[in-house]
Amino acid sequence: MSEQNEFVRSVAEKKYEFGFTTDVQTEIIEKGLNEDVIRTISAKKGEPEWLLEFRLEAYRYWLTQKQPTWGHLKLPEIDYQAISYYADPTAKSADGEKKELDPELVKTFDKLGIPLEERLALSGMAVDAVMDSVSVKTTFKEKLAEKNIIFCSISEAVREYPDLVKQYLGSVVPYRDNYFAALNSAVFSDGSFVYIPKETRCPMELSTYFRINAINTGQFERTLIVCEEGSYVSYLEGCTAPMRDENQLHAAIVEIVVMDNAEVKYSTVQNWYPGDENGNGGVLNLVTKRGHLRGVNSKLSWTQVETGSAITWKYPSCILSGDNSQAEFYSVAVTNNHQVADTGTKMIHIGKNTRSTIISKGISAGKSENSYRGLVKVGSKADGARNYSSCDSLLLGSECGAHTFPYMDIHNNTATVEHEATTSKINEDQLLYCNQRGISTEEAVGLIVNGYAKEVINKLPMEFAVEAQKLLSVSLEGTVG
Amino acid sequence: MLEIKNLHATVNGKEILKGIDLTINDGEIHAIMGTNGAGKSTLSNVIVGNPVYEVTDGSITFNGKNLLEMKTEERAHAGIFMSFQTPIEIPGVSMTNFMRAAVNARREALGLEPLKSTEFLKIMREKRKLVEIDQKLMNRSVNEGFSGGEKKRNEIFQMAMLEPSFCILDETDSGLDVDALRIVAEGFNKLRKPDTSAMVITHYQRLLDYIKPDVVHVLIGGKIVKTGGPDLALKIENEGFDWIKAEIGE
Repeated sequence: MSEQNEFVRSVAEKKYEFGFTTDVQTEIIEKGLNEDVIRTISAKKGEPEWLLEFRLEAYRYWLTQKQPTWGHLKLPEIDYQAISYYADPTAKSADGEKKELDPELVKTFDKLGIPLEERLALSGMAVDAVMDSVSVKTTFKEKLAEKNIIFCSISEAVREYPDLVKQYLGSVVPYRDNYFAALNSAVFSDGSFVYIPKETRCPMELSTYFRINAINTGQFERTLIVCEEGSYVSYLEGCTAPMRDENQLHAAIVEIVVMDNAEVKYSTVQNWYPGDENGNGGVLNLVTKRGHLRGVNSKLSWTQVETGSAITWKYPSCILSGDNSQAEFYSVAVTNNHQVADTGTKMIHIGKNTRSTIISKGISAGKSENSYRGLVKVGSKADGARNYSSCDSLLLGSECGAHTFPYMDIHNNTATVEHEATTSKINEDQLLYCNQRGISTEEAVGLIVNGYAKEVINKLPMEFAVEAQKLLSVSLEGTVG
Repeated sequence: MLEIKNLHATVNGKEILKGIDLTINDGEIHAIMGTNGAGKSTLSNVIVGNPVYEVTDGSITFNGKNLLEMKTEERAHAGIFMSFQTPIEIPGVSMTNFMRAAVNARREALGLEPLKSTEFLKIMREKRKLVEIDQKLMNRSVNEGFSGGEKKRNEIFQMAMLEPSFCILDETDSGLDVDALRIVAEGFNKLRKPDTSAMVITHYQRLLDYIKPDVVHVLIGGKIVKTGGPDLALKIENEGFDWIKAEIGE
C-alpha cells in the first residue's frame, strides 16, 4: 500500500472508531445460496419443520422477484452466491461441547461499550449481543423472567417458545412484503425476541447490539417484539461493523405487535461502517421494520439516528389498526462522503381517531444523497385520523443532495393531514458567530447540527442521546471550511 | 495594542476600505463614527476575520501578532471580541451549552483544563447579574426569541464570560431604548479592566455619554478623514458630517 493510501486509511479509521476486527474462531458455512444452504442453517439452529418450510417458501418466492429499483439510490449488483449466510463465532469445539464464551468476544463488546458481564452493565439495561449470525450472550434474562418477561435471541425463542414465535413470526412483515424481506425470511440468523406479558411494565431498557465481524458474510437479523395488553417496553438497537473494502450486506426484519393500551418505544442508533471517503466498502443496510398497533389506545414510536452504512434503505412503519392508537416516527439521517440514504416511514391509518407524527431531519454533506420517503395512508374507516409530518433537510456544502418524497393516500374526508418541509444550508453567519466566540468551525458544525437534530435526539433514552450527539459531530468532521 | 496600517479590503471585488491607519493602545477607547456605507462594519469584520471580506493590502497586528494570518477563532483566543450589530440565532443550541463551548475552547487554546460544570455555572451566574440578564434566556437557544434589547445585553454578557482584552462594539446602541442602552453601557463599564481597549462604532453621541471615548475618528469613504477628542463626537451630534465632508472637499 502506498504511503498516501496508508495516510488516507488512517484518517478514515480515526473517523470510524469501530472499524477493528475481532480474531475469533468462527465457523462459516460455504458461500452461496440454495435450498441446501437453507436446510443447513435451519439444522444448525435445530429448528422445527414448520420453520424450515417457512424459510423454503420465502426462498422460492424470493427467486421469482427482482431487486427493487424505485429508491433514490443505486444499489450495486449484489452477488448472492458470493456471500456466506451463516457465521458463528461461538462455534462448538471439535468434541461437540459448547465452549465457554471466547474472551475475545467479551473484549470486543467491551471495546464497543457493551459489557457482557451483568455486574459491569449500565444500570437498568439488558443486552442481547449478536455477532454475525449468532447471539453471543443475553444479559439479565433471569431477572426479567421473574416478571415473566421473555428476552432472548430469536433462535432460543424458536426452541423454547415455539408457539409464540409461530403465532407472530411474519404476521407483521410477511415474506411476500418485498424482495429483501423474502431474502431475510429465507436465511435469517439471529436477532432478539421480546415478549412482555399483560399489564407488565418492563423494568429496564432492553437492547440488542449487532456487530458484523466475519468477512464476506451477510447479517440477516430478525427481531420480534410482542407487547400484550397494558404493557410497556423501551427497546434500543445499536450496530457497528469493521472497515472492509467490500460491501457487507445487512438485510433485517423487525416486527412489533402492540396490543390494547400497550406502548413500545423503539430507538436505533445506526453506525454501520459507511465506506471510505471514495465510496469503497461499507454496509448495505436494507431493512424492513414495521409495527402493528393492533390494540385500542396502543402506542408505538420509532426513533432513529442514522449515521452509518454506505446505503440505507429503511422505512420503519406503523399500521394503526386499533382505535385511538398513536404512532410516532422521529428520524435524523446523516450522510457524508458517498453515502446514500433513502429512508422514511409509512403510517397506515385503519382505526378510528388514530394519530401519527413524523419528524424527519436529513443532514447531507460531501457528495452524499439523502432522501426522505414517506407514505401517509388513511383508510375509508379511519374517521378522525390525524397526521402531522415535518421534513427538514440541512445541506453542508454544495455537492450533496437532499430530496423529499412524501406520498399521501387519503380515503376518508374527516382525516386531517399536514405536511411541512424545509431545506436549509448551514449558515455562514452562524459559523462566523461561533468562530468569533473562539469555537472552531468543526466544533461549530457539531453544535449547529446537534441543535438542528435536538427534537429527535431528545426522544432517545439518556445514554443513547449522548452517544448520538457525539456520533453526529464525528460523522461530519471536515465537511465545512 | 492593536495596530492597523494602510489597510485595504474588498467585499465581492468592491473596495470598501481604502487605506486605514489606526493604533489603539491598551486601556484606550476609540469611537468610530461615520456615514452609512463608510466602511465602519467592514473594518470591524476585517479585524475579527470574517472570511467574506478580503484584505488586499496593509497589516493588522495585535500585541505584536500578525492578525491576518490567524483564523477567526484564534483571534478570539488572543483576546478579541466583537459585539455583533445583528446577533445571530442558533436554533436548538442553548446559551449555556454555547457559552461552555466558547469558554472551554479558549481555555484549551491557552493550555488550561476545561471548567467543571459547577464552576462554569457559578461564573455564569455572577456575570449574568452584572448585565442584568434573565436566567430564563440561558436555557433558550442562542438569541432565539430574544428581544432586540435582550440580544444586545446577551452580547455584553458573552463579553463578560470571555474577558477579552480588545472589544469591538458594532452599533451596540442600535435598536435599544434609553434604559436598555444604559444597562448595556454600564455593564460594559463594570466589566472593563484598566488595560481593556475598545473600538466603539456608533452613529450617535448618546452611547458615548456612557462609554467615554479617549479618541474619536471619523470614517468616510473607506478612510479615516478626521481624528479628535470627545468634543468631536459632540460636534458631529450637533452639526452632522457635512462640515467634515466640506473640509476634505467631498
